[in-house]
Amino acid sequence: MAKFTGKKVKRLAGFSTASMGDIVFILLFFFMVTTTMRETDVKVITNVPKASEVAKLERKDLTVYINIGTPIPSEQARYGTDTRICLDDAIKTIDDIRNFIASRREGLDEKDRPLMTTALKIDKETKMGIVSDVKEELRRCQALKIIYNALKVE
Amino acid sequence: MARKKKEMPELNGAGMSDISFLLLCFFLMTSSMDESLGINRLLPPIPEGEQEQIQIKPHNVLSVLVDGQDRLSVNAKVIDIRDLKDAAKEFILNPTRDPNKSSKKEEQINIPGRGTVTFEVTEAVISLQNVRSTSYEKYLQVQDQLTKAYNELRNEKSIELFNRKFSDLDDKQREAITQIYKQRISESPPKDTRKRK
Repeated sequence: MAKFTGKKVKRLAGFSTASMGDIVFILLFFFMVTTTMRETDVKVITNVPKASEVAKLERKDLTVYINIGTPIPSEQARYGTDTRICLDDAIKTIDDIRNFIASRREGLDEKDRPLMTTALKIDKETKMGIVSDVKEELRRCQALKIIYNALKVE
Repeated sequence: MARKKKEMPELNGAGMSDISFLLLCFFLMTSSMDESLGINRLLPPIPEGEQEQIQIKPHNVLSVLVDGQDRLSVNAKVIDIRDLKDAAKEFILNPTRDPNKSSKKEEQINIPGRGTVTFEVTEAVISLQNVRSTSYEKYLQVQDQLTKAYNELRNEKSIELFNRKFSDLDDKQREAITQIYKQRISESPPKDTRKRK
């Protein structure tokens, strides 16, 4: 009865990877839709505070970001651990804000200029002194629309 | 002549997952999840030349002060941040017509679908002050609570007039509500704010 004694060669069912590509594509689309491109490397750490009454930023293309916080560890050798202002990807001073805002405003369409919003991404540990200075400078630059970045909590 | 049957070669799909994985990694690296959310504010413009002082009656001003130790006081009374919203709402609404709280004036407001209606519009102004050593976190919490007070008032009015939430109204209706409850938060910078060089 060789039929029963002989070793049966068991073959595992083939594992089809054909649909893996589809799954990864779905993942890819999910990330493409939900995320936005990171534009600049910010050199300061900004842990924004929490707030409940937050509104969404209306036009991202008309937004200028001003980051205020402590420099990231790799920049601390140069700039120390004091609160600093970061415009685009460089640590600057308050006096640079005027030129920064002006150059951004130049780049916009004439009709969009009054709609330009300045997003203030400020670390929650920051003292109000520097924030007030920045706000005063923005008033002088006629950049009056601002948004304080915050995390949403209920 | 018998026709030769041409068979399509099968497409190998094994590499597709690798390609899309690469793409996925690229997007993961270059993009960020953070949505820009925040509290909108409009800074007052710098007055040009001589400017007439607008007199606001003292009983219309709710003065909110955050000091250097992040203590919050409203009209010189220390209160907790959790009570700020209700204090602000009560000051703006002034249901008991307390002469020490904000007064109202009548104003014609065009309500879509109802024509012009006379409303009692509050004259309340919230004056927010802080010092240079106030923490930004506390400051934003105060801003948040004050915004919440106005948002809740608008929401209540909107449900009363249109039976809908303020966020679901159309632009014209929203404008009417905003006219009834104008958000008037005035901020004066700390005394020693940097002057222009």
